[in-house]
Amino acid sequence: MDLLANILIGVIVASTPLVFAAIGELVAEKSGVLNLGVEGMMIMGAIAGFAALISTGNHPLALVAAMAGGAVTALLFAILTQTLLANQVASGLALTMFGFGISALWGQGYSGQSAGPFPRLNIPGLTDIPLIGKLIFGEDYMVYISLAVVAAVWWFLNRTRGGLVLRAVGENHDAAHAIGFSVVGIRTLALMFGGAMAGLGGAYLSLVQTPLWAENMTSGRGWIALALVVFSAWKPWRCLAGAYIFGGVTILQLHAQALGVSIPAQYMSMLPYLATIVVLVIISRDKVQLQFNAPASLGKVFYAAS
Amino acid sequence: MFRLEPRKELSRKMFYLTPLLALALTLVAGGIMFIALGKDPFTALYTIFIGPLTTFRGFAELLVKATPLILIAVGLALGFRANVWNIGAEGQYVIGALAGGSVALAAYPGGGYWLLPLMCVVGAAGGAAWAAIPALLKTRFNANEILVSLMLTYVAILLLSVLVDGPLRDPEGLNFPESRLFQNAARMPALIPHTRAHIGFIAAILAALLAQLALARHVIGYQIRVIGAAPAAARFAGFSETRIVWTCLLVSGALAGLAGLFEAAGPVGQIVPQLPNNYGFTAIIVAFLGRLHPLGIIASGLLMALTYIGGDAAQVALGLPSAVKSVFQGFLLFFLLAVDVLVTYRIRWMRRGMVL
Amino acid sequence: MADAPLLDIQGLTRTFPGVIANDKVSFSVGKGEIHALLGENGAGKSTLVKMIYGVMRPDSGTMTLDGEMYTPHKPSDARARGIGMVFQHFTLFEGLSVADNVALGMTGTGRNLTKDIVALAAAYGFTVDPHRLVGTLSVGERQRVEIIRVLLQKPRLIIMDEPTSVLTPQEVDVLFRTLRRIKSEGVSILYISHKLEEIRALCDRATILRAGKVVASCDPRQETAKGLAEMMIGGLLKPPERAKTAVGQVRLLLDGLQLKSDRPFGIDLKDVSLAVCAGEIFGIAGVAGNGQIELMEALIGETPIASPEQIKLDGHPVGGFGPQQRRQRGMSFVPEERLGHAAVPSMSLSDNTLLSGIERKQLARGGFLNLDAATAFAGEVVERFGVKTAGVAKAAGSLSGGNLQKFVVGREVLQAPKVLVVSQPTWGVDAGAAAAIHQSLIDLAAAGSAVLVISQDLDELLAISTQIAVIANGQLSSARPAGEITVEEIGRSMGGAAQANAPALAGV
Repeated sequence: MDLLANILIGVIVASTPLVFAAIGELVAEKSGVLNLGVEGMMIMGAIAGFAALISTGNHPLALVAAMAGGAVTALLFAILTQTLLANQVASGLALTMFGFGISALWGQGYSGQSAGPFPRLNIPGLTDIPLIGKLIFGEDYMVYISLAVVAAVWWFLNRTRGGLVLRAVGENHDAAHAIGFSVVGIRTLALMFGGAMAGLGGAYLSLVQTPLWAENMTSGRGWIALALVVFSAWKPWRCLAGAYIFGGVTILQLHAQALGVSIPAQYMSMLPYLATIVVLVIISRDKVQLQFNAPASLGKVFYAAS
Repeated sequence: MFRLEPRKELSRKMFYLTPLLALALTLVAGGIMFIALGKDPFTALYTIFIGPLTTFRGFAELLVKATPLILIAVGLALGFRANVWNIGAEGQYVIGALAGGSVALAAYPGGGYWLLPLMCVVGAAGGAAWAAIPALLKTRFNANEILVSLMLTYVAILLLSVLVDGPLRDPEGLNFPESRLFQNAARMPALIPHTRAHIGFIAAILAALLAQLALARHVIGYQIRVIGAAPAAARFAGFSETRIVWTCLLVSGALAGLAGLFEAAGPVGQIVPQLPNNYGFTAIIVAFLGRLHPLGIIASGLLMALTYIGGDAAQVALGLPSAVKSVFQGFLLFFLLAVDVLVTYRIRWMRRGMVL
Repeated sequence: MADAPLLDIQGLTRTFPGVIANDKVSFSVGKGEIHALLGENGAGKSTLVKMIYGVMRPDSGTMTLDGEMYTPHKPSDARARGIGMVFQHFTLFEGLSVADNVALGMTGTGRNLTKDIVALAAAYGFTVDPHRLVGTLSVGERQRVEIIRVLLQKPRLIIMDEPTSVLTPQEVDVLFRTLRRIKSEGVSILYISHKLEEIRALCDRATILRAGKVVASCDPRQETAKGLAEMMIGGLLKPPERAKTAVGQVRLLLDGLQLKSDRPFGIDLKDVSLAVCAGEIFGIAGVAGNGQIELMEALIGETPIASPEQIKLDGHPVGGFGPQQRRQRGMSFVPEERLGHAAVPSMSLSDNTLLSGIERKQLARGGFLNLDAATAFAGEVVERFGVKTAGVAKAAGSLSGGNLQKFVVGREVLQAPKVLVVSQPTWGVDAGAAAAIHQSLIDLAAAGSAVLVISQDLDELLAISTQIAVIANGQLSSARPAGEITVEEIGRSMGGAAQANAPALAGV
């Protein structure tokens, strides 16, 4: 039973970066922008958070730095695609390459250093409950933050006027513009939120999961997060569920090795990537349903003729 | 304040001018970066962009690096023109090297004049087969080719690492995860004697010329252009999107595979885990910088090759981190996308406070 | 009528690259007046109202509202000053509910609007379900949602941009009653249209725009339709000449055509049957969104259909073929959307001939394009159809709507098809180009082709068709000779199916 609790804790640790990155991208996509640069924003968050922690030793400040790192990167994307009307696919790729380059340059001096343990929730009495205590009341703080973010995004999108406006912009940007909403402004904010969340996802890797800095440490998680958004049909809670399923696949791979399954480790490492492909195939098969779920203006360039 | 006004027709002038403008902006931004890193910007830029061209060896190396970049970018450009986003060329490159290289290792130590051509065919087929997976999933199940081809790149790199640590490992190699060195019959003939430049460069130029011919004059090229510019018009004309997706992915996969095989059979001479050198991703920048135009890609491929060599030179001579290279490439793509707006829009500057 | 105007516009000018959309436009709208803004397509009406509603800003000129300066920077400024607008292309969100759509169009309301919507609709004699997705509503129902949204803000001036272009004749009557009632409550209406009869029936005053300038101002009730047309077009166009042609055998036959739509909120085609003979122009009337898009896709061959036998050309089944094979056998098509569907905007006119001309005009040999032949064919189209362009190397997107439409129609007509299928042949096209296009369709039919025209413009169909049928909710009514059918009958068919399928919004 202790093994099960440990596995579940492992799943949560593997999933949380995906939760952050995917929920941020979900908001950006709901506003009608496809930002393929999640990977680049994550890695920027990872290094920004790490660098801030090393120089200040302050965890909340490190998280703010990670969010800023991701958000500033996203702002570059917003300028390219919203102001200069550049192709969203190409700009997303550019963002990823740029993120890798800058983070590698920035991270030169940080390799080999450790961030140390991340603070965990500890409620005397509750955290000590056998089996479930550590699982439910003993995670690191970022896990609780990630759950709160998912809930907040759900509430914002479905229960507030701001969320309604955001969805309207993603649904039909020309109509939103004609009514008088600032399509570019709203999308820029949504993108920056996406960037901040991707930054937190990246920081989770460098501050909690490993916790150290390594070049290219996101290793495709940003792309998996993109697939998760499609999987979630643009619904926050399904996004959370998807991230946890993926975390599960990753953990399965580690435990299979521990259980002495005798195939090379590399094959097991392929699992998350292959799982992403399988999920994409399953979810995309019904083209009409996919079109119905997706924000109608997703990925289209908006030009205001005024 | 400024306002963008759509041009009625794309600006020819801007179309050719914007890559140069992007390059200029990159040099400025790069200079600022070097100042921030505490280096003299002029020395650094000279080392990267001029230095390599001053020696014969440097020039030959330029051709070595440009070969895979041009080959891959030409294939990618065909797809990008048709809105088929194969961004997994890196993976197809790896599989091409593995498949073609395996032929050499299977024939070892034998081989004749037939060996290298066979390796090329198998390498290209390997790359094409890897690209066929996103093609199939896209056309059959509507799965996004960007994500599928990218995920397959991670898989390919892992596969490379398994194979060089197992079946392809050099039996006399002290358990290093590397294949044995290819026999002579399996090596690319030199283009310039006593340098690493090989005849693969000729193949890359030929591929670009053929692609240009297809785009400008052949029905397939026309279909690619229409699908990219106006998908609904392509449906109206009756062009099969499925066929174009397959064509673009197979061609770009084959070219990437060929590039991988050239690399393994050329400068490297064996299969090693370090084979993937980001060429597959850099080629995306090459394709855009060359305006998705095969002839432009020859020029942009050579330029990008320069950043590889110059970046290495700067690393040695000035102690600059290797990441400088990727930052440069990132800048270049960023600025290109930013100034690209000038091709389709004109900028009208306005004074603040006008009733506009 | 009150003496001080509600909205006074002086010297409003707005330019676009190469075009002066509005050139020193001046006019005023009185309180409680229905004021018509009349002009043909491209005269500058849309630009003008966008400036009044704050979507666009003028280069120069002034506006005063109720005696005070009025400089809207955004639509919410306009709304705050009591101006509401009902757009031609509705500003509704298909994936959101009626209530959400209404809320989005109103400034600063956090409260639940459901009750207000139901109450206001009831006061005007509609029923509306606030929870329905707008994507499931008919076009007429959507317009009512827009009107409700505007009325809930208690405006002083309502701008209506071409409101009847999407309505059945019966729905037009309902709309007019609503508008007269709004007027009786002291609200002014700026009514934009190019339809002369309805302006004469509804409006108190008219300002006429031509090529961006105000050319006349009058009381439309005192003018004849002919007089208004002359002011609007700047001359008189002769109606299309119809030669008496003998009707030949059936060339195009649809036999129980079925199609399941693959788009969100699409319309399935149900058992569509018709026969078009040589020499005939068969008109299909109907309000937008009743299956016209799907029918056109099925006819072009863009979407595969269940059985090849459902479409026959000269007695041979062609339903199993794609567009290219259908063209080879003698069919040609002009879809509704010029830019991006019938033509690639960024490509030259000569490259655009290759879209549909490769097969019948032999513009390719052995897989290679014959660019000289394409250029020659493009030149022929430009010359024969009077397309105004600086040359066939110019991009399609650089042509005006009317000229590009002439090019697209010419490209198909000059291939001498056995069957020509046209959707919305003169949508958004100026009167001169429209007349030329109509004449070319009549001439093509006279030469022995069968022509099928799908259009929402009833006047157009009545002017050129020999047979008319109505499409409603994916079903086609039986065809009637054009000389025997009345506007009221057509209107009833247009509305019938839509109402039967939309119980939540049953009209009046």
